[in-house]
Amino acid sequence: MTTNIQNIRGDFPIFHSKPDWAYLDTAATSQMPQIVLDQMSEYHCAYRASVHRGLYREAVRVTEAYENARAVLARFLNAASAEEIVFTSGATGASNQLVHMLEYSGILKAGDEILTTQMEHHASLLPLQQLAARQGVSLVLVPLTRQYAIAYKHTEELIGPATKVVSIMLASNVLGTINNVKRIAKQAHDVGAIVVCDATAAVGHLPVDVRALGVDFLYLSGHKMLGPTGIGVLYGQRELLQNMEPGAYGGGMVEDVWRDGASWAVSPHRFEAGTPNIAGAIGLAAAARYLEGHSLTHMRTYIEALTTLAQEGLRAIPGVHVFSAAAPKNVGIISFVVDGVHPHDVAEIAARHNVALRAGHHCALPLHKALGISATVRASVYLYNTKQDIDALVRVVEEARSIFV
Amino acid sequence: MEDALYKARILDHFKHPRNKRIIDPADVESKGVNPACGDTLTLYLKFDGDAVADVAFVGAGCAISQAAASLLTEKLKGLTRSGLVAFAEADMYTLLGIEVTEGRKKCALLAWRALQDGVRDV
Repeated sequence: MTTNIQNIRGDFPIFHSKPDWAYLDTAATSQMPQIVLDQMSEYHCAYRASVHRGLYREAVRVTEAYENARAVLARFLNAASAEEIVFTSGATGASNQLVHMLEYSGILKAGDEILTTQMEHHASLLPLQQLAARQGVSLVLVPLTRQYAIAYKHTEELIGPATKVVSIMLASNVLGTINNVKRIAKQAHDVGAIVVCDATAAVGHLPVDVRALGVDFLYLSGHKMLGPTGIGVLYGQRELLQNMEPGAYGGGMVEDVWRDGASWAVSPHRFEAGTPNIAGAIGLAAAARYLEGHSLTHMRTYIEALTTLAQEGLRAIPGVHVFSAAAPKNVGIISFVVDGVHPHDVAEIAARHNVALRAGHHCALPLHKALGISATVRASVYLYNTKQDIDALVRVVEEARSIFV
Repeated sequence: MEDALYKARILDHFKHPRNKRIIDPADVESKGVNPACGDTLTLYLKFDGDAVADVAFVGAGCAISQAAASLLTEKLKGLTRSGLVAFAEADMYTLLGIEVTEGRKKCALLAWRALQDGVRDV
């Protein structure tokens, strides 16, 4: 394990006030390092103004900071240009906007198919379900293997001439599984389908390279990668974005407006109706730069070691069943159930000992139905966690069992 | 030392729920769900005239939600319809005999809400 973990933990002010907090709920939201807070605060305190409008010095600085944030995210995702980065309110906002863009651009027709997987988050799945229902398109779900991975053999059979959109998450927010998006993107492109990737659970854990993955669209939430809530990114391949209709309308996204119609600004502004979350974009860029400043390989090794430790510790407890992909194909997520103890009760007992866990279906009901369970307890590990956090996790699960069993 | 929340009585009702069965046909069949936690519950009531002749539930969920349902079924037999309506939220907490925090209210009240939804429709 890396030795500089105390330095990393020290970057997060919340652990100054709560040094013994075993925060194992990063998959719900991550903590923010001081530099992110500082840069957001500087915007609010030193040059707060709207973007793309005013001619005064502060307004110019805002526009520069906002567009610089776009450039930082483009570099972070290895996009070909900053024009491919659309700021959204988060992954959910991005996913919903994309569905509207596809719909209004007439990409789908009745009889087409959208392919996605059984492990998707509701933020990805529900907009696609509604799109399919509105457009008379069928939604095909790829099943999972017993190792909590996508059944890639099925994708070859399921992706065909009728497939127009393929949507796949890069990593599961429940199982931790890292999916082979590149492989599916290749299969999808062979039949001319558009490839969409939900990178929300993966970003900040893996190098997310849109060109290496070969995806047409990809989205993420800032708050799962050390950034603030209320900001996210929709990456779109340039030629596609340039030819697509906006998913929402309002100020700042038009070229001209007349009595009964309007023409659109160039992308990405076409897709950012209304005053954006400026501080959020600045904070997200600061988070991306913070992550760029750390070796992802070291971080991965460290998180993998903690993940394995948690999996082994939990599996050693009688009556505990772990639903979690083995490292290294896992982004630090360990979901489990305890025989005779409901997940909610496990999380409650954990909370008393300063261990933050999540209980429920984690916005992935079809996945839980496929696993045959109604809810799980989820522990998720990130770069600021320690071995002590994992020890505390194992202890509270043992205590839950001693109370109930 | 007894746990403040998971008292012996709560754990007993969770592990050995009373009246956990289906009543078919029932006069009232009312469902409750806590979507975020995955708790589900169906409450059944059978009346003899105006009084509850039989009461039962089926469901799955956390200790608090399931023990609350079990405890509630023991309390309702013999009550009249107006007695059921009068059985207030505070009575449910008293019946549980534990301090219910904000985060666990929806668990504690799952069966009670199903009861109130069910008797309001009759």
